[in-house]
Amino acid sequence: MKPTLEAADLVKAFGKTRALDGLTLAIDPGQVMALLGPNGAGKTTFVNLVATLLRPDGGTLHVGGHDVARHPAEVRRLVALAGQYAAVEPTMTGRENVEMVARLFGYSQARARSDAAAVLERMGLGDAADRTVRTYSGGMRRRLDLGASLVARPRLLLLDEPTTGLDPRSRIELWDVIRSLVTNGTDILLTTQYLDEADQLASQIAIIDHGRVVASGTPRELKRSVGRSVVEVHVRETAALDRVAATLMAIGDGPLTIDVPTRSVRVALSAGTTRVFAALQPLDDTDIAIDEVSVRQPTLDEAFLALTGTSKEHAA
Amino acid sequence: MSIAIAPRGNAAGLFVSTEQIARRVLLKFIRSPQLVVVGTVQGAMFLLIFRYVFGGAITTGGIDYVDFVVPGFIATGALFNGMYSSVGMAEDLSAGLIARLRSMPIPRSSVLIGRALADTAIQVWGLAITVGIGFLVGFRVHGSWGGALAAAALVVLFGFVFEWMFVFFGMIAGSAQAAQGFALIVFPFTFVSSAYIPVATMPSWMRGFAENQPVTVMVNAVRTLTQGGPAEALLGHPASYFIVRSLLWSVALVAVFAPLAVAKYRRG
Repeated sequence: MKPTLEAADLVKAFGKTRALDGLTLAIDPGQVMALLGPNGAGKTTFVNLVATLLRPDGGTLHVGGHDVARHPAEVRRLVALAGQYAAVEPTMTGRENVEMVARLFGYSQARARSDAAAVLERMGLGDAADRTVRTYSGGMRRRLDLGASLVARPRLLLLDEPTTGLDPRSRIELWDVIRSLVTNGTDILLTTQYLDEADQLASQIAIIDHGRVVASGTPRELKRSVGRSVVEVHVRETAALDRVAATLMAIGDGPLTIDVPTRSVRVALSAGTTRVFAALQPLDDTDIAIDEVSVRQPTLDEAFLALTGTSKEHAA
Repeated sequence: MSIAIAPRGNAAGLFVSTEQIARRVLLKFIRSPQLVVVGTVQGAMFLLIFRYVFGGAITTGGIDYVDFVVPGFIATGALFNGMYSSVGMAEDLSAGLIARLRSMPIPRSSVLIGRALADTAIQVWGLAITVGIGFLVGFRVHGSWGGALAAAALVVLFGFVFEWMFVFFGMIAGSAQAAQGFALIVFPFTFVSSAYIPVATMPSWMRGFAENQPVTVMVNAVRTLTQGGPAEALLGHPASYFIVRSLLWSVALVAVFAPLAVAKYRRG
């Protein structure tokens, strides 16, 4: 099957900074690909290359088989961009915004009108369609932005940090909308710094750091690739953290994390988890009040840190 | 690539996309009452201040000061209102709207042409207000009405000419606030000109600049066209002298700023 998007050894430099440094990635039809990475990893640069806003300095990038550098006009017919900001006109109504985009994509007035109405309905904006956008909430603006991107039925939808800055409820609403798109023949390339967002939405995740892909796979594969299960103990008193840490050291392998705000200690288990509960037994014999003990797969957050080697404070 | 995915439907052509872009800029202006009201009040206020406060102290030879200064306001209106174009463009850029438009399969020139046409239409609205207030405070056409019509056409042209400069400023400014600051660059050109006072009163080193810079020749073209003989006598040249020079300046300004604006837009 022909990939919707194919990037090979892609390079983009801004002055001396190589924002993309040999990035290789493919998106197959029917996929939601999440690009996960910290700020400055090159996520937005990549999206801007796919959207033909920038030209690559090296390597190749094909969208739907069209070379982005040589045939940008063809690529623009296949992609739609919803950026980090809701690129909608606040003084126009929701309907006017979507109809304008439809008209720019060459739809007749009648078709623009009916398709815009359908998209607005689908985004849950049917009732608000004739209000000016400046009366919309942040979440409504993002949904409108998404709707405007969708009205032309793009082959590949580019979502650059779609939920950044949204409150949790609006975020979940937007997730629901994005999930419903996949069934409609639109492939999605989504960038995010939120690990749970990638986990929730993506069928494939590529973790990028310093302009290249450091790991990729399904969310499950990525978590598994980091390997061993994690044991995590929550205690009631902060003072007990040190003693718990000493106990976990015996069964753990690799760095131990003491998280004071959540009063928890966690560590990846050494191979063979049979001795876990025996090892924890001493804790039972002390007066330490334990709230919760869990043995689980690593979270994407932990996978991310392990794969990128980012030493950022892990208090989240 | 033998099995490339066929592009969907049609993209809008130059006409429809220009129309849609222009429509948006106009709707934004009409639906932002603060812009309409503030712009109008500000223009009226300056005109009244010059007419009644400074006017008495300024002698303008064979023509009344009101007939001298109103053409000045008419011709420089584009420079005052141009700030709106810079700010609008900067806002569109920082809001991501330009990025979205650049990712669409529309003729790239349509985004700038649409804005330039819409902003020029907004200039015409400002021009009408200025002319209306001018007549209320005593301005009269003493030349031919044909000349006055030609003057109006020239002013619309100047608005379109300066638009390219302001759009370029808006694109390189980076933010709406910086764009507003950038637009202030034009102040020396509006004030060190014949727009509000005869340049004869300026120090000689300044006069050389004032007499030849584009704003002066544009203002004097409008002035001689609307006031006829007495204005030509005061300014020392026939209308044709100023018209030709203002048209040459117009061509030069567009030749510089339109390519700059287009190049900046293409590069993003």
